[in-house]
Amino acid sequence: MAHHGDHTHDAAHDGHDDHDHKPSGFFERWFCGTNHKDIGTLYLVFSLIMFLVGGSMALVIRAELFQPGMQLVEPDFFNSMTTMHALVMIFGAVMPAFVGLANWMIPMMIGAPDMALPRMNNWSFWIMPFAFALLLSTLFMDGGGPAGGWTLYPPLSIQGGNNVAFVIFAVHMMGISSIMGAINIIATILNLRAPGMDLLKMPVFVWTWLITAFLLIAVMPVLAGSVTMLLTDKYFGTTFFSAAGGGDPVMFQHIFWFFGHPEVYIMILPAFGVASEIIPTFSRKPLFGYQAMVYATASIAFLSFIVWAHHMFTVGMPLGGLIFFMYATMLIAIPTGVKVFNWVATMWRGSMSFETPMLFAVGFVILFTIGGFSGLMLAIVPADFQYHDTYFVVAHFHYVLVTGAIFSIMGAVYYWLPKWTGRMYNETLGKVHFWLSTITVNILFFPQHFLGLAGMPRRIPDYNVAFADFNMISSIGGFAFGLSQLLFAWIIIDVCFLKRGQKATAGVWEGARGLEWTLSSPAPYHSFSTPPKIDDRMLAHGDVAH
Amino acid sequence: MKRLLGQLVVPALTLLVAGGAFANPEPWQLNMTPGVTATSQDVYQLHMLILWICVFIGIAVFGAMFYAMFKFRKSKGAVAARFSHNTTAEVIWTTIPILILLGMAYPATRTLVRMADTGNAELTVKITGYQWKWRYEYLGEDVKFMSSLARAADEARQLGSGIDPHSVENYLLDVDRPLVIPTGTKVRFVITADDVIHAWWVPSLGWKQDAIPGFINEAWTQVDEPGVYRGQCAELCGKDHGFMPIVVVAKPRAEFDAWLAGQKAAQMPAGAVAASAPTATSSGI
Repeated sequence: MAHHGDHTHDAAHDGHDDHDHKPSGFFERWFCGTNHKDIGTLYLVFSLIMFLVGGSMALVIRAELFQPGMQLVEPDFFNSMTTMHALVMIFGAVMPAFVGLANWMIPMMIGAPDMALPRMNNWSFWIMPFAFALLLSTLFMDGGGPAGGWTLYPPLSIQGGNNVAFVIFAVHMMGISSIMGAINIIATILNLRAPGMDLLKMPVFVWTWLITAFLLIAVMPVLAGSVTMLLTDKYFGTTFFSAAGGGDPVMFQHIFWFFGHPEVYIMILPAFGVASEIIPTFSRKPLFGYQAMVYATASIAFLSFIVWAHHMFTVGMPLGGLIFFMYATMLIAIPTGVKVFNWVATMWRGSMSFETPMLFAVGFVILFTIGGFSGLMLAIVPADFQYHDTYFVVAHFHYVLVTGAIFSIMGAVYYWLPKWTGRMYNETLGKVHFWLSTITVNILFFPQHFLGLAGMPRRIPDYNVAFADFNMISSIGGFAFGLSQLLFAWIIIDVCFLKRGQKATAGVWEGARGLEWTLSSPAPYHSFSTPPKIDDRMLAHGDVAH
Repeated sequence: MKRLLGQLVVPALTLLVAGGAFANPEPWQLNMTPGVTATSQDVYQLHMLILWICVFIGIAVFGAMFYAMFKFRKSKGAVAARFSHNTTAEVIWTTIPILILLGMAYPATRTLVRMADTGNAELTVKITGYQWKWRYEYLGEDVKFMSSLARAADEARQLGSGIDPHSVENYLLDVDRPLVIPTGTKVRFVITADDVIHAWWVPSLGWKQDAIPGFINEAWTQVDEPGVYRGQCAELCGKDHGFMPIVVVAKPRAEFDAWLAGQKAAQMPAGAVAASAPTATSSGI
């Protein structure tokens, strides 16, 4: 293939670290390195750290909400905790984790030696720590961190002090990093596939990431534009979002959610991909409806651009607008339903076993679907007039993001960790981690549905005593879920640093199919220095032609 | 359907029966309030309809999953089939959801259209959100006032106040001056804000509406049952967002008219009261 020439050219460029010679020093390898696996590792480690940072902010929130009355923090600090928790979890934990998985797995899954643009890969990672250093530094400034919510709605968001400039600059940097990551992923998938790895033979994880990368390129500039307008409104006298100068605060919400809704799918489409890899492996049966999965992903991506206003049904839109966005939003249930039915059909008449990755994948399907149901309820405009900005919404998006995106990331880590490290993680501890997480996350978030329906608004630091019982239960679940994640960190440390656990075989899992399982465990430093010969029977989806 | 869920919790059941008294959130409350307006009851019915549809779909999908997980286990000697397509099944599970969605869209649209019709209101109240209180103005009646968090709750909610919130009646849901509206009357609200975006929400009325600085939103309600209905600001508006409650008192028409006349008299400068008294009386009838 013509593409292939490109990669040999790249390899020749980096000739000094060819032949599986890792860069010699610690600094050279981890700071200057361009290897897709090392950068994938950096992303994943960064994501885990941010997950724990964002999680501890959530614990401040849950501690204050443990009982009615203000016990621990001032309302302003509470608001900056909710704001920062969201920014850190979305941009620091979930998105980098998926980019890390993409970095590690995409070259291995399509038979490439590395990512297409390795130097840019290094840069797109190293922007992140600086972006988050800027963001987190605002907590130590006069006036504290941003407290207007992660959605940064003006006029409230620009009432903040100097944190506004820092947050906006940090968001710009995260956006640059995401766009570069996305370009790299698209270039890799379109140019570096091994001969015979047709687009419709690619693993679903690669497909979901290809589509996600296009979403990223489409919407991150929109976010950058909207926050830049906030910046000029605050510091340079423009009035994009101020009615006093002829602007419109609601316009910000439209622009923001034009980014924000595709962003939601940026965080969930790769999760669909992960589930579509894990479930066939442990069902020992090919994925049901491979092409339907790909088309469903593409339809969801398309729909994501025409449903943004369902985040803002109460701003006072014209009736026609409400009806359009309600119908468009309801339509998403169809491709999403197809996906869920296909996963169930994959399990049907399989030969299943339930190692930790499969437990997380099954947990993902069930709990994500619960989040999908509440999403459908939220699409119904008259009902949304009641649900909007209550804990019902909080419950909804934590089901899709925690038990959706994050459960799939954890499943992916357990699934591929033996391939990455060459050692099996402690299966018993993995299962304990799954069950602890699943039970506690439901204690944490399920009662929040009740709170919202009973009338508790979101983003409040204190509440009427009627809401006390479920808040206390939710807080207990929150602390238990948070502590359970320390076990996850320990399981990873156990494998990566203490190097305990059995040596993994190349195939690792009995039912695993796909190119990544033809490489040794741990995978060689450069994945496929020569393009692999594609044997359709070894692919997860070798039979799609008929 | 109402009853099924109500039985889960005794207070919820009593409140469902009591209907109009369902104004305050209750401990252990699990579900949305049916509210006290025709709109809120429509919304509640819609909510229950979709909730039950989701429950049934959930039972079917999760049921199939759990059946598969117990039946097709390797440890029980299950041998994997090799199929990966089934056109009939795929057509069925794409078509049925479309039909279900159509079934939901119809009542939802009907309710929505009714909610959007703010015409023919007998009384218009202008609501303005401020950081962190509400201002109510009876348009054409020369009556306007601010409504803020009740003092007892405001003292108790300070960090480290040492006051137990349980000892404060209607903690964070009580105000110094409630909005008073007449029962059996279509009341139109024009809603805006002075500083940042707020949202005016009383669950018993069945909707919330954003209050946006520089823009005016409309909404309406008609409460038939006299009572006290409580709500809160629903859009993050700064540090005291959690502390700007809303209280609506619905009074029978005659009581309302008397109240309004009293307000007018009270808001007049002292000298003008006598001169304008006849006007106040005539508008009171």
